[in-house]
Amino acid sequence: MTVFIIRRLMQAALVVLVMSFLVFSGVFLVGDPTEILVADDADQAERQAIIESLGLDKPFHIQYLRFLQKAAQGNLGESFVFNEPALQLIMDRLPATMELAVAALLISVVLGIPLGVIAGLRPEAAYSKIIMTGSILGFSLPTFWVGIMMIILFSVQLGWLPSTGRGDEIHYVLGFPTSLLTLDGWSHVLLPAVNLALFKLSAVTRLARAGTREVVHQDYVKFARAKGLTDRRVIFVHVLKNILIPVVTVLGLEFGGLVAFSVVTETIFAWPGIGKLLIDSIGLLDRPVIVAYLMIIVLLFVFLNLAVDICYSLLDPRVRLQDIKA
Amino acid sequence: MAKSDVPTLEVRNLQTHFFTRAGEVKAVNDVSFTVRPGEVLGLVGESGSGKTVTGFSIMGLVDEPGRIVGGEILYKGENIANAPDERMRRLRGNNIAMIFQDPMMTLNPVLRVDTQMIEAIQAHENVSRDEAWERSRAALEQVGIPAAEERLKSYPHQFSGGMRQRVAIAIALLNKPDLIVADEPTTALDVTIQGQILYEVQKLCEETGTAMIWITHDLSVVAGLADEICVMYAGKVVEHGTVDDVLDNPTHPYTHGLISSVPSRNKRGQPLSQIPGMTPSLLNLPKGCPFKTRCPRVGPDCDIEPEITHPVPARDVRCHYPVAAGEAAAVPTPEVTA
Ligand SMILES: Nc1ncnc2c1ncn2[C@@H]1O[C@H](COP(=O)(O)OP(=O)(O)OP(=O)(O)O)[C@@H](O)[C@H]1O
Ligand code: SF4
Ligand SMILES: [Mg+2]
Repeated sequence: MTVFIIRRLMQAALVVLVMSFLVFSGVFLVGDPTEILVADDADQAERQAIIESLGLDKPFHIQYLRFLQKAAQGNLGESFVFNEPALQLIMDRLPATMELAVAALLISVVLGIPLGVIAGLRPEAAYSKIIMTGSILGFSLPTFWVGIMMIILFSVQLGWLPSTGRGDEIHYVLGFPTSLLTLDGWSHVLLPAVNLALFKLSAVTRLARAGTREVVHQDYVKFARAKGLTDRRVIFVHVLKNILIPVVTVLGLEFGGLVAFSVVTETIFAWPGIGKLLIDSIGLLDRPVIVAYLMIIVLLFVFLNLAVDICYSLLDPRVRLQDIKA
Repeated sequence: MAKSDVPTLEVRNLQTHFFTRAGEVKAVNDVSFTVRPGEVLGLVGESGSGKTVTGFSIMGLVDEPGRIVGGEILYKGENIANAPDERMRRLRGNNIAMIFQDPMMTLNPVLRVDTQMIEAIQAHENVSRDEAWERSRAALEQVGIPAAEERLKSYPHQFSGGMRQRVAIAIALLNKPDLIVADEPTTALDVTIQGQILYEVQKLCEETGTAMIWITHDLSVVAGLADEICVMYAGKVVEHGTVDDVLDNPTHPYTHGLISSVPSRNKRGQPLSQIPGMTPSLLNLPKGCPFKTRCPRVGPDCDIEPEITHPVPARDVRCHYPVAAGEAAAVPTPEVTA
């Protein structure tokens, strides 16, 4: 186990290094931020001073090496726009995004697994077909359109739920700000979380359904019934524990996706998270923030992969960590 | 062998059909037999003859698109064919247990063996976990699993095939059922282990007075184990009698063919014969006797479905031209296989 984790961490470091190069060069190619940063009425000397102070006059490889050097010390540069460390900007907004992603994940699991199991147990029933149709819609309707429709329906027409922000009632748990402790907080998070969850909810439903359909025909399920177990125990223990393996794997891997793709949802619902920060930073070509954002996302994915493998080995006794192809 | 008046199980004219898109598959089509306490009934037949479906029908485990469409299954006199779900659940694993064909697939891969044993006890009895655990340990020892205490904490993949089947047998024995349906429990195992398990199961049945239906396609297994034998072909019992009678003096041409395809000492040096052809598709059985496409004795009457007759005492046979004692089955040119 320890050897496995150490090996994985070393691989992760390599992945992060490669990604840092790709990200940095990608952003380098995208555009020149000086146009945006330098005031229109600045003269040539002022302009030159700004460029030099940001290190933008140096060739690419020098800029990159400098970036690496600072990154190794935990410094991902200063935002051109806010004049604050980019990492700090992201860390300030990360909890809001995490909160949204966790809420969306909960919704996907709590609704998706039961819906999928129900549909998988009786695939021919009318309600199963309705569930599956719903999941196809969840997959294919664009997130931003659904988000806008939700705002129109629940905020504008019905006036049930607020449409923007995360509310004022923020509490701190272990040093992290969260709005999930109050009803007001939940009322704010509900719409964006459902919006963000829709895609994952559909995926979990389909996965749980496919898993259930496969597992219920296995001999071990029939044997469990032959022992005289109740249907409830057969489904909740024998079937569920087997379908959890693929569901947990996919969910874990896609949690990073939830965080990364919260961009759209955060923009629609004016959620003060890193997705919104990213969109704003792209608009202003705030390079350090974009780079820092991408680096954090890479780290998140790497970490989640590792966590999934560990969960996987806990759920499935046949898998030992050493066996997982890293 | 103790024989009581009320049979443990009496199956009468059982019919279990599958309603598939391609048509109605009459997997079990008029099967009758009786098992008494302490008795072993051998259910023999080729692959696809309906043995497993018969077993599942008794357990109430026939799944869609299958249904019991006719006949009775009398467990100690109570008809349990199509009985309510809860009644069947209470019987399953408690009064009637089943051991499945493939030991590699019968245990849930993600649950520990103790979980899978304890739940089988607690499904029927209100006992503490500790007590159920102790009974599970004793059951594992009973079927010859060493270090049972440790093995209980293992997962199925840590066991060999033979050991897994022993666990499955131990689970079947947990609640001391009156009847065990053993569906080819040793076929997937190698010969030595097969012999050990056969011996142990036989001993257990004798000790506890459990009745047993032993499903197999291997006549030599049945010969040493069963009291009575039912030979199945295409969903029907074609010959039924005591093991010694049927094996010494088979009257149905199919039974005859089965016996001459088994190697044995007194036939050493003679070529083994094999029944030509395959089980016909149950979707379009030939009109009349389902065996007629492969039967060496086929005659003019065989276009009419044969009814049960008793060409020799205490024997049920479905054939228009049963083989008389001592007569050769008139196999024209048996295919030589060895
Ligand atoms: N779910 C099902 N749907 C359709 N047909 C089925 C189904 N289950 C079984 N059958 C049919 O029932 C027939 C009898 O099958 P069964 O499993 O009882 O055979 P068997 O005698 O146990 O054979 P084997 O020795 O291979 O185990 C087969 O022809 C099979 O095609
Ligand atoms: S009825 Fe005819 S075809 Fe069928 S087994 Fe007897 S002799 Fe053969
Ligand atoms: Mg079978």
